[in-house]
Parts: sequence; C-alpha cells; structure tokens
Amino acid sequence: MANILEVRNLVQHFDLTKGFLDRLRFENGLPKLVHRVAHAVNGISFDIREGEVFSLVGESGCGKSTAARTIIRLLEPKAGTIAYRGLDITKLARKEMIPLRREMQMIFQDPYASLNPRQRVRDIVMEPMLFHRKAKNRKEAAEKSLALLERVGLNPEQALRYPHQFSGGQRQRIGIARALAMEPRFIIADEPVSALDVSIQAQILNMLMDLKEEYQLSFLFIAHDLSVVKHISDSVGVMYLGSIVETGRKENIFRNPRHPYTRLLFSSAPTLDEEERCEPAELKGEIPSSINLPKGCAFCERCPMAVEICAQERPVLKEVEPGHSVSCHCMHGDPA
Amino acid sequence: MAERLLEVKNLTTDFHTFRGRVRAVDGISFHLDKGEVLGIVGESGSGKSVANLSILRLIEQPGVVSSDGVLFKGRDLSGLDARSMLKIRGKEISMIFQDPMTSLNPLYTIGSQIEEMLLLHTDLDDKGRKARCAELLAMVGITNPEERLRSYPHQFSGGMRQRVVIAIALAADPCLIIADEPTTALDVTIQAQILRLMERLVSRAGASMILITHDLAVVSRMAHRIAVMYCGRIVETGPKRMVIKSPAHPYTRGLLGSIPRMSADQRRLDPITGMVPSLLDLPSGCAFSPRCPRSQPICERGVPPEIKLDGGRSVCCHFPQLENL
Amino acid sequence: MPSRAETRGPSNPSMLSRIAASEFTRDFLSNPSAVAGAIIIVFALLVVLIGPHVVPQNPYDLKEINLADAYKPPIGFAGSSLKFPLGTDNQGRDILSSLVYGCRISLFIGIVGVLISCVVGTTLGLVSGYYGGKLDSLIMRIADIELSFPSILIALFMMSVFGRGIDKLLIALTAVSWVVYARTVRGDTLGVKAKEYVEAARVIGLPDRIILVRHVLPNVTTSIIVLSTLNVGGFILAEATLSFLGVGVPVTRPSLGLLVKNGFDVLFSGYWWVAVFPGLFIMVLIFGINLLGDFLKDELNPRLK
Repeated sequence: MANILEVRNLVQHFDLTKGFLDRLRFENGLPKLVHRVAHAVNGISFDIREGEVFSLVGESGCGKSTAARTIIRLLEPKAGTIAYRGLDITKLARKEMIPLRREMQMIFQDPYASLNPRQRVRDIVMEPMLFHRKAKNRKEAAEKSLALLERVGLNPEQALRYPHQFSGGQRQRIGIARALAMEPRFIIADEPVSALDVSIQAQILNMLMDLKEEYQLSFLFIAHDLSVVKHISDSVGVMYLGSIVETGRKENIFRNPRHPYTRLLFSSAPTLDEEERCEPAELKGEIPSSINLPKGCAFCERCPMAVEICAQERPVLKEVEPGHSVSCHCMHGDPA
Repeated sequence: MAERLLEVKNLTTDFHTFRGRVRAVDGISFHLDKGEVLGIVGESGSGKSVANLSILRLIEQPGVVSSDGVLFKGRDLSGLDARSMLKIRGKEISMIFQDPMTSLNPLYTIGSQIEEMLLLHTDLDDKGRKARCAELLAMVGITNPEERLRSYPHQFSGGMRQRVVIAIALAADPCLIIADEPTTALDVTIQAQILRLMERLVSRAGASMILITHDLAVVSRMAHRIAVMYCGRIVETGPKRMVIKSPAHPYTRGLLGSIPRMSADQRRLDPITGMVPSLLDLPSGCAFSPRCPRSQPICERGVPPEIKLDGGRSVCCHFPQLENL
Repeated sequence: MPSRAETRGPSNPSMLSRIAASEFTRDFLSNPSAVAGAIIIVFALLVVLIGPHVVPQNPYDLKEINLADAYKPPIGFAGSSLKFPLGTDNQGRDILSSLVYGCRISLFIGIVGVLISCVVGTTLGLVSGYYGGKLDSLIMRIADIELSFPSILIALFMMSVFGRGIDKLLIALTAVSWVVYARTVRGDTLGVKAKEYVEAARVIGLPDRIILVRHVLPNVTTSIIVLSTLNVGGFILAEATLSFLGVGVPVTRPSLGLLVKNGFDVLFSGYWWVAVFPGLFIMVLIFGINLLGDFLKDELNPRLK
C-alpha cells in the first residue's frame, strides 16, 4: 500500500524575541542579549498509509498541533520534508499548493471558533466547493452543499442559519461538511472531539469512521485522549516535547508500550474498568518548557529509568519489533 | 450508622432570562454522609455546577433558588443570613473550581491568597499563619514551600496552580469540599497526580467531598456513590460499582456506551442518538424520552417517579434496566 | 445514517425579523438615553432633508435677504417679527433658516468625513494587522507620530496651507482621524486572524484578498460601527472649531460652527441670539450622537460573540 504522507525530520520553532528591544535583558545590572526560541517540533518522522488513520498523541505543549499546522503549510517548516503522495510539498509556492489544497483538508478543535460567525452555514460549505470548481455554478453548489449537510446529520432546512444558532456538536458537523466539500483524500483532524460532550463525541467519532470508509479517506488524527486514539487509529505516534518517543501499529503500542513516557500516559489515563487500574508511577516534576530544551533526552528529568547517557545524548527511533519503534537509550535490546 | 452531613431536599434553581424561564435545577434531592465522596456526573447543561453553587448560595440575579431545605449539619443553609453564610463558606464548606488559570488572582502572591483564607477563618497570629501556609504548600506537594509563598500565580504551571487551589480549599479544615471539574483543564499525567493527591488529603482529613465532573472514569476512581444528572434532574443514584456495572437508567447506559474503552476492542461506539434539548424548550414528561430507546407514551406524560432499588440505589424512570451491562 | 438534529427556534428568519425580535431591540427600547439620542438624530436628518422646503428663506441667496432686517431679535422680544422666529444676523439672514442650511453642511462633513476616514483607516488597519511585518511597523509608526500631536493642530496647519473649502476640510480631517480606525481595526484583525475559521480559509487555499473581505472584515465591523457613530460628533465639533478659528468652511456656505463664529463677534454687543442658537443646536446634535454611540458601544460588546 502506498504512503499518502511521508514526513522526515520536520522542525518548527518560534522566535519569541523579535527585534533588538525584546532581546535586551538586564542581569546583575549589566545588559545582555538573549535569544528565546520555543522549539515546538524537533525533527519528527512518520508515514501514513493510504486509507489509514495515524494518530499523534501527547499532552499539551508536546507540539502535535504545531506539527499538524506545519504539515498542512499553515506554518512554514523550518527544516525537514513533507511528501504528499510522493510529491515534495515542503517548499511549494502558494499558487502551486492550491490544487493540493483540494486534496488535503483540516478539521479544527474549537467548534466555537472554527466557523465564521457572519457566514450562513450553507455558504460555509459552498465556498470551498466554488473556489475549487467542484460545482459548475452556484445553484449546483447549493444543492451539493445541502446534500452534504444532510450526510453529516444536519437538517437541510437549517442551512440558511448562522453558526451561533447551532450546538457544539452540530458545528463540528458543519466543519466536517466543509472539509468534505472538496472531496479530499487526506484530512488532518486536530482534536475534533475534545471540546464536545461525551455522548456527542461518540456520535462524531462514529461518523468520521463511516465517512472514512465511504470516501476512502486517510487521516492524521491529533488527540490527547488515549481511549479515543485506541478506538479509531491504525497507527499511533506518541509525542513528548517536540519529539516522537514511540510509534507503530496500534496493537503493538497498546499491547506493549515500551517508552517510559508512553507507559506513564497509559497508567495515568482514568479508566472505568477496575481491573485495568494500576497505580501510576510516582512522577517527579512538571512538563518542562520548550524554550530551554534539555541537551539529551527530553524526558530525562522525569524519567524513572534515566541513566547517565540520557542527559548527554538524544536517543533516536529504533525498531524494537516489526511495526513498532521506540526512541530511548534503555530500550535498545531490552525485552518488555 | 454514618453521620449525615448534607441533605438537599427538592432544590430548584430558575433563571429568568428575557427569553423565558430556564430551570437549570429541577427539584433535586440528595444526601452526603461524613467521610463520603459523592460524584455528580452530567454533561453540559445538566445543572451540576449550578446545583452546587445554589447550595452555597452563590447564585445571583436573575437566578432564583428555592428548596424544601438544604441541611448542613442539621442547619438549614437556605434560611441563614448573609453573615452566617460567610462563616460557613471557606470554613465548613469550601470549593475548588475548574480553571486553575483564573481561580487565582494574578496580582497577589500565592502566600497572601492562602493567608487570606486563614485570616478569615482561623485565630492564628501572623507567625502561625505563615507557618500554616508553608505547611499547606508542603502538604500539596510543592517543594521549597517557604520560597514559593512569595511567587505569583503566573510563575506556576497549571498543575501547580491547581495544587495551590486545593491548599486554599483545605486551609481552614473544612468538613465538606465541593470540587467542580477540578482536573478537566489539566493534562492527563498531571490529572492523575492531582486526583491521587485529593483522594489522599480528603481521606486523611476525614472530610467529605462532592466531585462534579462529566468524566465517568474520574468519578469511578474517587467516588463512593454516584448521582447522574440530566437537564436539571437527578436520574440515577447509587453506589459507584453498581451504577457503573449495571446502570439502571437508559441515559447512564447510553453514557457508558459512548465512552471508548481502553480494554475492549470495539468496532463502533454506541452513542445516544440526538442532542441534549435546550433548557428553554424541554420535552414534557421525562426530559430524556425523545432520545431514549425504551421510551413509551407514558414517558411523555409526567416526570417519572423515583423508584428505590436495593443496594441504596434509586432511579427516576418508568422502565429501569436491571441487567448488567 | 446519523439521526437528524432537532431544530431550535424559528427557521430561517429574515434579517429584519431577526433584528426586531432580538435582544438588541429590546435593550434599545428599554434604554431612555439611547431612544432620546436616536430621536435627536432622526430629527436632525429630517431637518436636513425637508428643512429647506419648510423654512421661510434661503439665507445664502442674496436676493432673499434684506439689510433692513438685520439684528432682529427672536420671538418674545421687542422688535421681533414672526417671519424670523429666532431672529436675524448682521446681514438680515434668518437664524432659523441658517440653522437648517448650516446643519446640512455640518452633517455632510460629519458623515462623509467619517465615511472616508473609516475606509482609509480600516483598509490600513486590516493590512497592517493581517500581514504584520515591516508594513505593519511603518503604518503604526506613522500613526504614533501623528498621535503625538494634538489633531486639531495638525488640521489647523493643513487648512492654513490649503485655504478654506469643504473638500480641503475633509482631507485635513481624514488625515487626522484615520489613525484611531487603523489602530482599532488592526487590534481586532490580530484577534480574528488567530481564529480557526481564518485558518480554515487558508487551508482551503483562498487568496488573501478574499479572506480579508469575506472573513476578517465582517468580523471587525462592530468596532467600526461604534467608532463611526461617535466620530460623527467629533467631526462636527472639529469642523466647528476650525471654522471658528477661521480656517474651515467658506463664508458663503457656513456650517453651524461658522454661524457660531459670526455670532461670537457680536455676542457682547447684546445680539446674543446669533451665536446662542447655533451653539445650542450643535450641542444637542452631538449630545444625541454620543448617547446613541454610548448605547451601541455597550450593546455591541463581546456579549454578542
């Protein structure tokens, strides 16, 4: 099966001190120039197979949303390559990206900020259709939009309303309809259900899975909720402070998590099943900031298994079994 | 026989908006014993937060609270004057709010905010207060407490701020703590730490807790009993294990079916169809009937009666389900 | 197939019925100062539209004035005449008619001036906020420099260079008022730019100009509306000040401000009505505009978001 997306060594950082005055600090009475950079994404690599769902999982600040926005070129990558269906799109000009934008779409997290409050719902879905000429004229676009809104579970009679007249779950459905309007092949879903109530989450997740089958879609799914990830993914990547610490097929990761951070995540997740509940490892400290990245492994300060080399050298992803790679100094050659 | 700490009888909270009357809480009754943790579970619009603000008399115009009695240690809170309520809030009943980013005043140091609680409710002198502040910070797991007292909230991370909020809530040794979604805004690994901390501190102090959340998994860890709310009414209560393993109300079943499990390998989730109705336009009879797979015409005719099941459970439904999940 | 979501409220109402039934209308009708302000403004607009047909005289038509009528006092005082209910000035022009014609000029300057500075300022603000970078820095520095001088001084300077005239006046006033639009719109744009629906538009591939016009601009209009309403009053007052100082509108087409100036010269000779009535009129007009503007400012606040 071909890869719909191949990401290699993607890097993204934000310069927090722009201009001379920002950089001027005083330390012990003497002026000093500091340069503060937030290293959001530090060289991540992964593949997504066509027709599959790849989930990027991690807590806030790990860089998963930034990575998603960089892949879709909302932010310009600082280094690395992104290949969509074999084509290198890392540095494509804006005009050249337009035909690709038809194929790569995005669903956003906040149902209250992802729709233009001044646009009628039907127009929100029609706009991309007309721009990418998926309809011959406005009349056809209107008809197709109504059909699409119905497909995502909304009443087409409400198509002329404004977003604020809909609930959170309904607005997410509108956002999904907008993404589907161009008949894309690849969708990046940035925490699409995190802001919704549990029962609505389930409806939307089921719908996404149905749509995936129906329209032959591939997904990059960003999430922080492990149980959601387990439910819908084919492959998973676990991120911590800008790096992928563990990645592989879902079954391998969930059956046999190897990286200490992945294990911590799993044991911390609140679960309904009493048999599953285990006492999570006593964790030291807080999530460090991305501004002063530690020299070696990013997780070293909080890791219960840290040894000397961990503070000195950044580990790289190494395969521990087919379809399962871990980035850790202590995992190499070590059974679970 | 456990000592009854809190008894709420037929609590109702209405908001008179220009679009009509919104009944956020509709005649709920529940109780809490000493040393118990009660989990109140509901999605948005269920009224869980409003109910607890109503108990503490923190609801303002255009909200109106009425009840047949809110008995705390035998005294009816609904009839107390403002001054007596001030003495109760903080000292006897304290509250932990959801968002650690906005629960603390950014202009004051952590130390002064904890101290304020002690100033209001204890007789300690200046030295005693400072010592107690440091003690509290250490208790919630913050290292170098004496130094950190002088920090400002923005210098703390989300998890640490929530610890401070917990410290403030526990400062005057209350016997009842109401925690409103205390970990929802936190990352999962921090959430686990904070939940463990709360569990430990509450049981050590012999205090009781009302834990309000939408996350059944959180409540399944910490609570002894669970009450499930929907559209302002309590639809089911009971010991935690029973409610989770064999929920009697179709809504509780639906909620549990909506949650993806780490253990099972499901093909599809089993969500509840439809949407939560607007509180301005509630269906007649049982609020859940339009979405309920078991609803019958009788369900639309009147609010279903409360049926008491064994094991200390009760459910508000004409057709409760008694089989295991 | 997912079930149909339920409808809420009336389906697809028209814009007018939405406004009529909305909280906005209800708050407006229950706010006496807002209603008073609206009434004053509507009255002023009526004056502008039908005034010239109602009043006895066109005071700027030399054929209609008679020097013999000069300095007649208003009704109720000795020597007054029903033909000139508010008295006449030094040339025999009816004060009431002068008010009507002057109001037209003042409102014209106020509304057109606001429109132009709004367009200029909003465009600069949108571009500045959306693109950022050096363009943003340049525009904002110019704005900062301008703001460090009292705006009336800049306008005064420009008018003394240009000479009198309504068009020149409009240019001068626009040159000082675009700044507040630009800064406000820039701030709003920065906020809107970060919203996910703008990101969605970029992901779709829409070009910048469409994003700015269709997605950003409609969402910054509340600030623009509030600013504009309050600015009309500001413009009228600024023009009155400049005319008073002798550099505003030409003498042949006096605005309310110039009328006040004319009257001011003879104020202490006892002919008080020449200055007082135009002055009162300006005051009431701007007061009404400010009342309505204040109401809009509170009402259009983030509550609607």
